[in-house]
Amino acid sequence: MSIFSYLLPKKEKSASVAKERLQIIVARERATRGGPDYLPQLQEELLMVVRKYVAVDQDAINIQVDRESGCEILELNITLPDE
Amino acid sequence: MTKIVVVTSGKGGVGKTTTSAALATGLAQRGHKTTVIDFDVGLRNLDLIMGCERRVVYDLVNVINGDANLKQGLIKDKRVEDLFILPASQTRDKDALTLEGVEKVLEGLKDMGMEYIICDSPAGIEKGALTAAYFADEAVVVTNPEVSSVRDSDRILGILSSKTRKAELGEGDIPASLLLTRYSPERVERGEMLSVEDVKDILAIDLLGVIPESQAVLNASNSGAPVILDSESDAGKAYEDAVARFLGEQRPHRFLTANKKGLFGRLFGAQ
Repeated sequence: MSIFSYLLPKKEKSASVAKERLQIIVARERATRGGPDYLPQLQEELLMVVRKYVAVDQDAINIQVDRESGCEILELNITLPDE
Repeated sequence: MTKIVVVTSGKGGVGKTTTSAALATGLAQRGHKTTVIDFDVGLRNLDLIMGCERRVVYDLVNVINGDANLKQGLIKDKRVEDLFILPASQTRDKDALTLEGVEKVLEGLKDMGMEYIICDSPAGIEKGALTAAYFADEAVVVTNPEVSSVRDSDRILGILSSKTRKAELGEGDIPASLLLTRYSPERVERGEMLSVEDVKDILAIDLLGVIPESQAVLNASNSGAPVILDSESDAGKAYEDAVARFLGEQRPHRFLTANKKGLFGRLFGAQ
């Protein structure tokens, strides 16, 4: 790093961009990990049904399977848009 | 008591074979009877890294199929006592590697009194990688400080937690530790490379070691001697530390900071 670079405006370092992107994608992939293979299609079809009545975004739906003491819980969150 | 260790990563080219060779050699150097098995059927390479490519007669698939017995398949290392290599087959038939067959080979190695069996996994998440990991008691996940490698390592960790025999038997996750390779402290300090802390944060597993980016690794593969035998080199020392930690020793991590530049270099931007 030369003396001149101290005078220039600071750019965000690529390593911190990498970390941020990784944290987001890894969290998303972990949410569906270990779930049944039909999960993405289930999500797709549920979204289609909801859309018949309410205009929701593609990413307004969140689906995941949790395991708690031997029983599986299918958790489904759909964020409805503001009026 | 035999411990089966899978060296895995998901992504290719991050240093699985280099690590398998170094780990197995390091364990044998410390007097532990060790076999390292190449599971990369069709793309045999461990033999080259171990420098025994001209001594391969039989391979893993030959032993599984009964064309050769285990003793005939094993290659005894010429440098280190108690070290054996079982090379992969060059067949393109991936189905040659069956779980039953692999289990038989592992049982045979246990009967021979092996203390450690290192399974060098192929890249990917296909059958070969799953077979290499299935019987493991422990995993070493090799990762480069780079986005695609870290993501693939996380994916492999997910697979390890559900697809090993221990997981299927309900015995829980096998312990997995992180080996960060090709690490460049200079680039980390410039903010151009993920730091060891960043990768640890994301993967949330124990750190077995950090291997610096080093010419010694290429020298080692060029000459067919595992880099851990180059005990003067930074990478060799880092692997030696990793082996010690693997055996339960506490050792501080080395080679994590850049060599400091002088005032002159800093002022005039010598890189």
